[in-house]
Amino acid sequence: MAVKDLPMEECILAGSAACPGCPATLGLRMVLKALGKNTIMVVPACCTAVIESLYPNTSFDIPVMNIAFEAAAAGASGVEAALRMQDKGDTTVVAWAGDGGTYDIGIQALSGALERETNFIYICYNNQIYSNTGIQRSGATPYAAWTTTTVGGKREFRKEMGDIIRAHHIPYAAQACVSYPEDLYNKVKKAKGIKGPKYIEILAPCPPGWRFGMDRTIEMGTLAIETGAWALYECENDVMTFNGKSKLILDKKIERKPVEEWIKHQGRFRHLFKPERDGKKIKAIEDYTDKVWERYRKCNP
Amino acid sequence: MKKYDVVTTISYPKKGAQGKTGNWRVFRPVLDKSKCVKCLQCWMFCPEATIIRNKDDTISIDYEYCKGCGICANVCKVKAITMEREAEKK
Amino acid sequence: MTVIINTGNYIAAKAAVMAKPDVVAAYPITPQTTIVEGIANYVDTGEFKGEYICVESEHSAMSACIGASAAGSRTFTATSSHGLLLMHEMLHWAALARLPVIMCNVNRVVGPGWNIWADQNDSISQRDTGWIQFYCSSNQEIFDTVIQSFKLGEHKKVLLPVMINYDAFILSHTSMPANVPDQKDIDGYLQKYKPGWKLDVDNPITFGNIIGPEHYEKVRKAMQDAQENAKVLIPEIANDWKKKFGTYHGDLIEKYKCDNADYILLAMGAFGAESKVAIDELQKNGMKIGLARVRTFRPFPKEEMLKLGKQADLIVIDRNISIGSEGALFNEMKAALYGKSDAKAYGFIAGLGGKDVTYKDIEKMCKKVVSGKAKDFEWYGLEG
Repeated sequence: MAVKDLPMEECILAGSAACPGCPATLGLRMVLKALGKNTIMVVPACCTAVIESLYPNTSFDIPVMNIAFEAAAAGASGVEAALRMQDKGDTTVVAWAGDGGTYDIGIQALSGALERETNFIYICYNNQIYSNTGIQRSGATPYAAWTTTTVGGKREFRKEMGDIIRAHHIPYAAQACVSYPEDLYNKVKKAKGIKGPKYIEILAPCPPGWRFGMDRTIEMGTLAIETGAWALYECENDVMTFNGKSKLILDKKIERKPVEEWIKHQGRFRHLFKPERDGKKIKAIEDYTDKVWERYRKCNP
Repeated sequence: MKKYDVVTTISYPKKGAQGKTGNWRVFRPVLDKSKCVKCLQCWMFCPEATIIRNKDDTISIDYEYCKGCGICANVCKVKAITMEREAEKK
Repeated sequence: MTVIINTGNYIAAKAAVMAKPDVVAAYPITPQTTIVEGIANYVDTGEFKGEYICVESEHSAMSACIGASAAGSRTFTATSSHGLLLMHEMLHWAALARLPVIMCNVNRVVGPGWNIWADQNDSISQRDTGWIQFYCSSNQEIFDTVIQSFKLGEHKKVLLPVMINYDAFILSHTSMPANVPDQKDIDGYLQKYKPGWKLDVDNPITFGNIIGPEHYEKVRKAMQDAQENAKVLIPEIANDWKKKFGTYHGDLIEKYKCDNADYILLAMGAFGAESKVAIDELQKNGMKIGLARVRTFRPFPKEEMLKLGKQADLIVIDRNISIGSEGALFNEMKAALYGKSDAKAYGFIAGLGGKDVTYKDIEKMCKKVVSGKAKDFEWYGLEG
C-alpha cells in the first residue's frame, strides 16, 4: 500500500476538539480510510469521546455510539448481533477505545466479547495514560513514567496486553503505530476481511501526556519502534509475524536502539536525566525491553 | 441527513464542529511549492485532514481549521513546509 | 389461546420469546436463572430465532442490549438484585438514550449477607433511573405485562425502557396457570419495532457525545414528558388487552373491593395478591377495608393516589426501606396527597429479607390501624 493509493475519503471532518498533533485523531483517520463509510463505531469514555466535539455537532461522519467507560466491547457485541439480525452483517462494527478502557476498566467486557467470538474489530489506541481525564497512570503506562498519579515515576512495569489478547486465540491480533500508517492501513484492511473477533493496538504518542512538542508525534512513534519499546506485529491464528523494523530487530538483523533514545525526548521521563542520570532505572527499562524481545523470539517455536 | 424527533444526545456531522480551530494556531505551516516533491507524507500524517490533497498530488492547506501542530513540517522530507509565527493582529 | 402451567420465570421467558426480540443479552443470577435457561431452551428448539448473547456480567448485559437497541433492534434481558445493581449505571444510560430495552427483574434481597428471597429494595433503589416500573402479582400478569411492556416502551410517545418486577420464589419459582395467546395474535398485537433513532450508515449520527448545561435539561424534561404519556397509555393498553385477550390486572393500580371502604390498603407485588385474601377475611368480619394494588410504580400514579385519599384513610405495606427515611410507596403516596387530602396515612415495613408475610400478618396490620393502635410508621413484627 503506497501513500498515493490511500483513499481520499475523510470520515473525520476538520475542526474537531482534538489537541494539535493528536495521534488518536490521526490513527482514527487512517483506520476509517481502511474501513470506509459502511462502519459503525462504539466509543467508550476516552479522548475520542471529546474529540467528537459538542452536541449538537459531531466531527465524525460515520455512525458512532458513545457508551460508558467499561462497556465498549459489550456495546459492540450488542450492535453486531442486531446488525446481523437485520441482515446488515456486512457493516463493520468497530470498538475504538483508549488504553484505559482496554487494559483496565474495559478488560472484562473485552475478554468476554473475544471469548464469545463477536464479529468486530476492537481497536485500542494506546497513549499509555488516562489521557482524557488529564494524564493519570493506566495499566499501559511504562515503568518510571511520570503521570499525575505517579508523580515520582511509575513503580510497576506495564501490562503486556498483547499476551493477554493472544491468550484468547482470536483469528487476528496486531500491534501498530500511528507513525507507520501504511502498515496500520494494511492491518485494518486485513482485519476487515476476517470473520470473528480482531484486535489491533495502535501506539499513540500523546504530546501533552508524554510531554514533547506537538510537531514530534510521528518521531516519537518511530523511535518507539526503533528502540524496541513497541513492536509491530501480527498474530494470525496463533502464528506471529513481525513487521518492518520490528522484524529486523526480532531476527537480530539490526540492533534495537537503546530505549534511552526514545525516552530522553519525553518530559515524562525527565527525572531519569535531570538533575542527574538515573542509570539504575534506565538499565531496568533496557533489561525489561530485552526480556520482552526474548519472549517474542520464543513465539512460534 | 435525517433528523430525529426524539430529544436525546444525538449530534449531526458538521465540519468545524468545535468552531474555527484555525484560531488555535501560534505557528502556521507555509508551503514552498517549488520544493514539494508530491510525496504526500504531510497529507498522510496530518491528524486534522487540513492538508488537502489536490488532483495532481500537490497539496493546499486549509487555514480555517489547521491547528498549527507542525507535524507536516516535521515529516516533510525536503523541508518544503516551514512553520512561521502567525502574523500579529493589530 | 393455550393454558400453560409453569413458574413465573418460565412464563416470563415464554412471553419474551413470543415478543420476538432480535437480541437477548443476559447473565444468570438466582432467582432469575430459569428465565435465562428458559430462553436458552427456546434457542435450542428453534422457537427463539434471535441472537442470544451470553455476556460475562450484568453490566455487559445492559450494555449489549443498549448497543443492540441503538442499532435498531428489539431487545430483552432479565436480572435480579445484585445483577440489577451492577447494571445501575447502564439503566440510567438506556433511559437517557430513550432505548426501549425490556427487562424482567426478580425482586431479591440485596446483600451482604447473601439472601436469595423476596425483597423490593433492588428495584426500588432504581426508581430514579427513568425506567418505567411494573410490579406483578401473578404469573398471568407477568405474561401479559411483559408483552404489554414492549408495546408501551416502544410507543413513539414513550421510547423508554421498562422493568417488570416480581417477587423472588413466590412468583419466580411457583407454578400457576396462564392463558397464552397464539403467536400470530401476539405478532398482530406487537408489530415491528420502529426505533426513535438508530445507528445507520446511511444517516450517520453520533450518539452520546458531550452535551453542555444549556441542553441537558431538555433531555430530562423529554423523559419526564414520556412518562406522563405512559400514564395515559398504560390504562389504554390494559383495557385493549382485556378486549383482545380477556385478562386484566388493573392498569396503574388494581382496585379490589374498595366500594364504601373507610380504609384502603396499598401494596405491590406478591403482597398485592396476599392482601386480597386478607381483605376478604377482614370484610367478612365487618371491616370496611379495600385494596389498591399498585401495579405501576413509575410513572407514579399520583392522580390515582389522590382519588383514593379522597375516599379513605390509607395503609401502606412496603417490602422495601429507604434507610434514613421510610418505605418508598409510603413516602411517595404521602407526597402525592400532600396539601390535597385529609386522609390519614399509616405505613408498615414488612417482609424484608424474604420474611414470609401471610394474609394473617396483613390482617393484623390492618386491625392495628383500625383499632387506633398503629403508629404512623412502624416495622411490622419488630416494634409495637
